Amino acid sequence: MNPLASLSHLAAEAPRRALLLLGLMVAVLAVAPVVLDRYLLSVFFLIFWFATVGQAWNVMMGFCGQLSLGHALYVGLGGYIGALLWVKFGISPAIAILPAMAVAMAFGAAIGWLGFRFGIEGVYFALLTIAFAEVTRIGFDNWSFVGGAAGFFIPVSPVASPVNLRGGPVLFYYVALAMMVVAFVVCALLRRSKLGHAWLAVREDAEAARALGIDVFRAKMAAVVVSSAMTAVAGVVYAFYQNNLFPSQTFDIARSIEMILAPIIGGLGTLFGPILGAFILTPLGQVLIALVEKIAGRAIPGVNLVFYGAALMVIIWYAPNGVWPWLKKKLGIPEGRE
Amino acid sequence: MSVLLDVRGVTKRFRGLTAVDTVSLSVEEGEIFAVIGPNGAGKTTLFNMIAGVMPPDAGTIAFAGERSDGVAPHELCRRGLARTFQIVRPFPELTVMENATIGAMMRAPDMEAARARAGEVLRQLDLWDRREAKAKSLTLPDRKRLECARALATGPRLLLLDEVMAGLRPTEVDRIVAILREINRSGVTILLIEHVMRATMALAGRIHVLHHGATIAEGSPEEVTRHPKVLESYLGAEAL
Repeated sequence: MNPLASLSHLAAEAPRRALLLLGLMVAVLAVAPVVLDRYLLSVFFLIFWFATVGQAWNVMMGFCGQLSLGHALYVGLGGYIGALLWVKFGISPAIAILPAMAVAMAFGAAIGWLGFRFGIEGVYFALLTIAFAEVTRIGFDNWSFVGGAAGFFIPVSPVASPVNLRGGPVLFYYVALAMMVVAFVVCALLRRSKLGHAWLAVREDAEAARALGIDVFRAKMAAVVVSSAMTAVAGVVYAFYQNNLFPSQTFDIARSIEMILAPIIGGLGTLFGPILGAFILTPLGQVLIALVEKIAGRAIPGVNLVFYGAALMVIIWYAPNGVWPWLKKKLGIPEGRE
Repeated sequence: MSVLLDVRGVTKRFRGLTAVDTVSLSVEEGEIFAVIGPNGAGKTTLFNMIAGVMPPDAGTIAFAGERSDGVAPHELCRRGLARTFQIVRPFPELTVMENATIGAMMRAPDMEAARARAGEVLRQLDLWDRREAKAKSLTLPDRKRLECARALATGPRLLLLDEVMAGLRPTEVDRIVAILREINRSGVTILLIEHVMRATMALAGRIHVLHHGATIAEGSPEEVTRHPKVLESYLGAEAL
């Protein structure tokens, strides 16, 4: 498949109005840093970041129907590999994303192989993903070369160097925006491809998919591997944004949960869902954190998670398939169209 | 004519129960062959072994001259053996078109070609007008035909149909009988497992009758319906 040809197909198929609107939105986001302050830039960074990892997770759950509750694993692996290669060996994160992706894919493949080969499905598979994330967390906690539980730090550089992800919030704004756009395009292309359709078939009914010549094991493996690779890239970026990595935070299950909320709220298995979900949840969460800090006089950890839970309940009540499918209906976009 | 599917002395036991007992049959290229029998006769078990869902405990199955028992369903599909499910299993959240396209994917060079093939099959199965509908919104007759369409889209040499007419009204049965004849004329061999006698008689060239897992008769519809053992098992001895 020629990706360029498919890309032009993709553009040709979408209604002109929708493309125009999409282009306009990207253009607005591209110039927005001119008016955004430091704080808002960081909020937008988080929106783009969560949209990206949400998109990646959605490949597994939304497209292929495989529930992962341990996606923080790939964020952490990507982050640690990027940070280690940069700090210890001076290798640019621009290059380090390749080994980061490779290692995350290897972990994803190991989890997938164990789960899918031995028929571990549904919640049991989800438990397996949690177990891997937890075991890896414990491993990093005790691995002194990467700082163990005391954490690993990326020194702040006095000179900005965009290729090495050293720079201010504007740099990270654009990096995350680009990441979100690339993740969207990759998923849009996958969604249209044979592999994407095989994923949907497996999600809908694996037995029926098998009867139509689809190698279900291979399709599931491909979903895990693609998803983990995409997540690892976001992990590298996040590590350089934070400048620190603590196993207890990086591989925390709370992180894994936070990552999956945007696609669930936005609409599982849709392309705009993860983005829309991130645009809804992240700013509200940030506003809430700020409010609580103002009222209580101090930050209360986890308050945004409580809020996310409440938001999830409200949205599931009113739009059980997520906000995007609901919005699509309101906008009169036919079913089966993105 | 050559033998397309060759089942030789196939046996399947579930714990103590022998569901299929040394059954042999051979389906020739181009024919419509039916396996019938009362409830619990072992039809579905036989079907599942042919479709690669479970391996036989004894005996062999060969498809297109190659051993096929114990071969995975997706591999069998690649070799040209497509099946439907007795309890239909459409991809509920996908459109009718997407359902058929996924079937057509395997042999299509790209998605464009798969969609074209899917379109052909949907027209053939009278589903073209419903192509944008989600599969879950279809009526049972439509779903049954979608099941056939999807299997047919894989470009099979042999189409295995598991009670595709069960639960349909007579007019719907006539409609699907006509469609299946058409499919058969286009060169696809059909193996039906059926319960609906009237349609089976009208459609099949040869019929194989199972009872309690064993073969009791095989032959043309006329021969089979006159066979005393068939009458006994189907209608009860008192009907004689």
